[in-house]
Amino acid sequence: MSVLNQRAQALVEEFELFDDWMDRYQHVIDLGKELAPIDEGFRTNDYRIHGCQSQVWLQPGQNDSNVQFRADSDAQITKGLIAILLRVVNDAPALEVASADLAFLDQLELKEHLSPTRKNGLDAMIKQIRLYAGAMAARSSQSS
Amino acid sequence: MNPTAAKPNTAQTPDLDLVRAAFPALQTEVHGHQVAYFDNAATSQKPRAVLDRIDRYYCEENANVHRGVHTMSQLATEAYEGARERLASFLGASSSRQIIFTRGATEAINLLAASFGASFGAGDEIIVSAMEHHANIVPWQLLSERTGVKLRVVPVTDDGELDIEEFRILLNDRTRLVALVHVSNSLGTINPVRRIIADAHGLGIPVLLDGAQATPHAPVNLKELDVDFYCLSSHKMFGPTGVGVLYGKAELLESMPPWQGGGDMIEEVSFSGTTFNEIPHKFEAGTPNIAGAIGMAAAADYLESLGWSWIQQQELDLLEYATAQLSQIDGLRIIGTAPKKAAVISFLIGATHPYDVGSVLDRLGIAVRTGHHCTQPLMKHYGIPGTVRASFTFYNSRSEIDRLAEGLQRAAQMLA
Repeated sequence: MSVLNQRAQALVEEFELFDDWMDRYQHVIDLGKELAPIDEGFRTNDYRIHGCQSQVWLQPGQNDSNVQFRADSDAQITKGLIAILLRVVNDAPALEVASADLAFLDQLELKEHLSPTRKNGLDAMIKQIRLYAGAMAARSSQSS
Repeated sequence: MNPTAAKPNTAQTPDLDLVRAAFPALQTEVHGHQVAYFDNAATSQKPRAVLDRIDRYYCEENANVHRGVHTMSQLATEAYEGARERLASFLGASSSRQIIFTRGATEAINLLAASFGASFGAGDEIIVSAMEHHANIVPWQLLSERTGVKLRVVPVTDDGELDIEEFRILLNDRTRLVALVHVSNSLGTINPVRRIIADAHGLGIPVLLDGAQATPHAPVNLKELDVDFYCLSSHKMFGPTGVGVLYGKAELLESMPPWQGGGDMIEEVSFSGTTFNEIPHKFEAGTPNIAGAIGMAAAADYLESLGWSWIQQQELDLLEYATAQLSQIDGLRIIGTAPKKAAVISFLIGATHPYDVGSVLDRLGIAVRTGHHCTQPLMKHYGIPGTVRASFTFYNSRSEIDRLAEGLQRAAQMLA
């Protein structure tokens, strides 16, 4: 099992502890609160992910060949969702993230309960994470 | 359809439970709760009477309208033109020739911009306001790009009213049209349209009112209002989607060039030149939304059968009750506090994002709208990304508002 799958599985199990929807939402919100702040200068249009009703900014970064993203949003549930994504992908190899399907979100039973606009926003986040990871992987392979 | 058939039935007060039972969609379950539908300003639910009328049209009368010699075509034509008569009486128009069926208020304004606006040019001005829906901004901006006509914008005061003094200053001999919203979709503000029309007419300037949020809530009499153009969307007044009305004074409509070309809008077509049909058909190219127009007429019947006095009393009660309940929530700030308001409350709670609040409410089966409500300039004016908007109508109940208030308390706790 890849590191991404292991982490995703851990999250699925974590979310299974909540049977009430409100608790599940509360957990998403709480995870968002734990997200490390993004650096000055990244809360700009250049780093904004379009397709979300709320604003989302994604700061790319890497640690050797591993990705290291930071993100922020003006909406707490959105921020929680991106925190979940980052918990899975951060510190994982860029090459692996670039091709990850991140389908575990379906298993959290969160995705189908999101409004279509939020779902589009989430898809846009995943797409952007993969794009950045792809570029990082390409850069690493060139320099090595 | 006899335009005098449905008179307000004020003798008997409708029973709210029976009224609610007439709207099948209000029985929908959302996440295990019966939906509390507070998104009426976006679109209203449809009563059984409207659904049945559309069903009957398709089951018994469906045929293409106009020019058909066979019986079903005549039935369809009578029903469609009857719907025009019905809308004329509903809106207080002098003649059904002034009722043009469109896809909705948005298409009505686009038609007007393309046709009435065709003679505007550089040096001319159109007055809109900062509280317009994008539908009454963007068609004029597109016209501006084509012709050089300039948009002038009436500002909005902090409590959400039009700055009438500023409006008077903007009016001048270059103004070709005043295009303003009758009732604001984001704030609920009811604009002083009589004064606006009187001021504009004082300088001989025609006025368009966007009535999309007005016609579901109050009777209008366009002849008495003396407005030049008016538009509405059926789906916001309990009729089907995809149909609406552009009303215009007959002499103005007659002087306007056609917009879209096609069947029905012509008198005679030849390659040496085509002559056009009379109004309203001149502006209805192609097969119209026959079922939609008939359904919209059924919605007009339904509204008048309930009676405007009951509808307005019910909505006033809901607005006052909801304002009182919501005002008790810590940190809740109502955006738009004009003294004359339709049953709409736009608000924010503390620093919470409207999207988060709307998401939590959705889990509780409560439908509200979040975001900019297609009025981004207005949101910029208030310096906010958007609001949570609860828009009420006569079929909402006080107990639903109690659920809203409880849901908001819960959302506020979760998002604190």
